[in-house]
Amino acid sequence: MKGIDGRYCIVGVGQTPYGKVPGMSQLAHNVLAIRNAIEDAGLEKDDIDGVLTKAPTSTFPMLWAPKVAEALRITPRVTGTLDQAGASNIGLIQYAISALALGQASYIAISYGDNPRSGTRTTYARPRGDDAAAGLFGAPSSYAMIARRHMHEYGTTHDQLANVAIAHRHHASMNPNAVFQDPITREDYEHSRFVAEPFRLLDCCPVSDGGAAYIVTTEERAKDLAKDPVYIEGIGQGHPAWDFFRRGDLATSGAAVSGEAAFRNAGLGPKDIDFCEIYDCFTIVPLVTLEEYGFCEKGEGGAFYEDQRTHVGGELPVNTSGGLLSETGMPGTQLVVEAVRQIRGEGGPRQVKDAEVGLVSQQGGIMTTHSTMIVSKG
Amino acid sequence: MTADQIVDPDFSAMADLVPDETELTAPFRAGLRAGEMRLQHCAACSEHQHPPESFCYACGSTDLEWQTVPGHGEVYSFVVVHQPYHVAFRDRLPYVVATVQLDEGPRMLGPIFDLEPSAVSIGMRVEPRFEAVSDEASVLLFEPEAS
Repeated sequence: MKGIDGRYCIVGVGQTPYGKVPGMSQLAHNVLAIRNAIEDAGLEKDDIDGVLTKAPTSTFPMLWAPKVAEALRITPRVTGTLDQAGASNIGLIQYAISALALGQASYIAISYGDNPRSGTRTTYARPRGDDAAAGLFGAPSSYAMIARRHMHEYGTTHDQLANVAIAHRHHASMNPNAVFQDPITREDYEHSRFVAEPFRLLDCCPVSDGGAAYIVTTEERAKDLAKDPVYIEGIGQGHPAWDFFRRGDLATSGAAVSGEAAFRNAGLGPKDIDFCEIYDCFTIVPLVTLEEYGFCEKGEGGAFYEDQRTHVGGELPVNTSGGLLSETGMPGTQLVVEAVRQIRGEGGPRQVKDAEVGLVSQQGGIMTTHSTMIVSKG
Repeated sequence: MTADQIVDPDFSAMADLVPDETELTAPFRAGLRAGEMRLQHCAACSEHQHPPESFCYACGSTDLEWQTVPGHGEVYSFVVVHQPYHVAFRDRLPYVVATVQLDEGPRMLGPIFDLEPSAVSIGMRVEPRFEAVSDEASVLLFEPEAS
């Protein structure tokens, strides 16, 4: 088996409504997002010969990708579900590229869809650690443990966390798909209730229904489709892997390792990036991630978010759609969709000027897994 | 269970949260009931570990023994929970949950009750506290180290 040759592209993106969407099953969010992505690419449903998924977080069914394929009424040559939680959305693209390079498939659909807001959301409040009697429930409490440690080590402030919530909401105010479109002020942040200190409600992403999907193919096949292809320049992974409270340094993530691999793979560095779409389930995460990617020194993430530096029109626009915090609380697939739209110039009022190269950061668990992808206009 | 173990009604609501005891966790859980911190110790590499396993996480040896240890340590990080996630904690809101770096090596999670959250800080010395939640089970908490 030889190394991977050629270039690979994302040629179609699709989504279903985000937020509270009663009446839509997990399957509907996956299938309809994929159908929208197929239409966006100018393909036919029967062109799809690979289906890859991240399993719905709220129920984690077995053999989910074959189920989605059945509901699409196709019999693909490649299926699979990757268990890296939020990082799967890029890990699956890496798997798709390997299947394309091996000649196993031609057009691969990747999807995520779930309905935890309208259906069951118990998984989002499950106990963390070895024993529920420790009193730690839900993701906010665990990420708050990380935030407290980052504040202790680097002097990160509540004001700096607020900047993240405010900046991402600013972008969501220009995004008709966003769950939260009303801008927020520092006062709104300070008046939002505590969930798990140091986190207030506005430090936390919502629990949302929704689906998003993309189609990956070879450069050769990408050329004659409906839209200009978006090129995948580099992918990296890095997995701290241990349960968060046992990790050596809680104020770090897998972004350093994953980012270094993606930049090396792409032959690019932080200075080449025009915009970022960063997994922002909680306000602390983009700060840690930007530091570890090398956009600023370790510990300086809070300062980096000041002076509207990350706004569209600023030095490095971050989370142009509003991210998990304000567009939709889904685990990350939507960030890939937004990066594709930005490269294509489909961002409307939130479009980044001259968006040639973008970076997508995905992570899962409690900073347990991490993946990075760099995309470009080619 | 010790003969004089009395369940404080304030803690009985936590009984539902205690996982079923297994062959692996039984010595640790017996320690909690006896008011002691018991950890696995590897005879080959001298590491203490938690949660219990049939092998040493550090070196893979299966030559493990249970030791009763002080279990003191320092707060590595903590949160103040305001959200009513579970009925057992509803009357304690807001309450502190700490990640504690034990002197023996392992890190553990545990609540710190009966202390103003503002009195908790990273680096603070703590020691284990044991409370019976039913006739069969006790749970681990932490409290400031007695000076």
